[in-house]
Amino acid sequence: MTSIQLDEAAVRVPLPGRGEREILAPTTLTLTEWRVAVIGANGSGKSTLARLVNGLVRPSSGRVLVDGLDVARDGAAVRRKVGFCFTDPAAQLVMPTCVEDVELSLRRTVADADERRRRAMEVLSAHGLADHAHDSVHSLSGGQRQLLALAGVLATDPVVVVADEPTTLLDRANTRRVADRLLGLEQQLVLVTHDLDLAARCDRVIVVDAARVVADGRPDEAIVHYTDLVDA
Amino acid sequence: MSDLMAGLHQPGDTLLHRLPVGAKVLGLAVLSLAIVTVRDVRAAVVFLAVTLLLAALARVPLRSVWRATRGVLVVAVVASAFQWWWYGAEKAVETFLDLLSLGLAALSLTATTSVNEMVDALARWARPLRFVGVDPDRVALTVALTIGALPGTIAIARETRDAARARGLDRDPRAYLSPFVIRVVARAHESGDALHARGIGD
Repeated sequence: MTSIQLDEAAVRVPLPGRGEREILAPTTLTLTEWRVAVIGANGSGKSTLARLVNGLVRPSSGRVLVDGLDVARDGAAVRRKVGFCFTDPAAQLVMPTCVEDVELSLRRTVADADERRRRAMEVLSAHGLADHAHDSVHSLSGGQRQLLALAGVLATDPVVVVADEPTTLLDRANTRRVADRLLGLEQQLVLVTHDLDLAARCDRVIVVDAARVVADGRPDEAIVHYTDLVDA
Repeated sequence: MSDLMAGLHQPGDTLLHRLPVGAKVLGLAVLSLAIVTVRDVRAAVVFLAVTLLLAALARVPLRSVWRATRGVLVVAVVASAFQWWWYGAEKAVETFLDLLSLGLAALSLTATTSVNEMVDALARWARPLRFVGVDPDRVALTVALTIGALPGTIAIARETRDAARARGLDRDPRAYLSPFVIRVVARAHESGDALHARGIGD
């Protein structure tokens, strides 16, 4: 399994005339488990933690390593290893049709257009979206859009998938569909979620509160810690 | 407009599908120039017949033809009405037919060419710009994303207008324009993050 290391990684943003605001306090973690959930209240810093893994956010201090690659120094190489799924797939799907959006992901690695189309169709078939290959991305349901966004991420064969609240905008049926797909991935998964049932199915749960990791361990223990924190 | 831009490519194996993108773009440019410069109502009828033939050759479904041309029809009717008022019936008919022909010609290109084929072609054409420090892939992708962003932007405009109406503020332009601009910029940031996360542009 890939090793993700946060070594005193902290994120701060400047506030004009008022110093800095800490988004994530210095955090040290080593993530080697297959499925890691990150839970916490809105604005707690859990999405920032997830974004550090892909290099979307760079640490203000400390460092983040993925398989020994520093996200700040080797950003492009890290992004080839780490795929990222956003909460709102509408922001992630940028091409008019489903097959074209998957092809966009493959542009970096597959030069031949016919081969790109063939590979994209394979990816869509694997996600049950082959029948929608030439449909507009705007005509898909929320669940189908999220699956398509995931297909676009998986097309590049990442070794880690980071998903930032991928089921927040979905109904119950689509939540189950997307969750089953994510939890069944062979890749290492870092899953930011508010869904405690989903977190309970992971191998490790990290609780973030007020920019700090306040609990980290087995799902049952960490989730109890979080619910106690919310109820307090 | 969103119907015109979104998902219009119709996969197929017709002669137009098989033609190189460059030939199609050049053909569209020549045909469009001819439509605009030849000022004769009989020629306008011929151009409309040619563009209808092209759409038939590309096997564009009638539903797609209707979706793509209904916006053009509105513009054509308004423009023709003015032409009628200023120059008479013949000029109005010619304008109407010419605008319809231009819409159909563009439709034949977009229906037979995927955005990715267009991106590949644009990247090839922009290759000489490398010598002045321009990244051809980035130029092509920018054009494709600009086209791809239109339906999303239109959807945001509709949602923002509905939100203003729901609050009884539909006559206040600030209640519409400010959130619209903010949401479009936010969406652009999100799309930028998504492209960055997918390693596009690295």
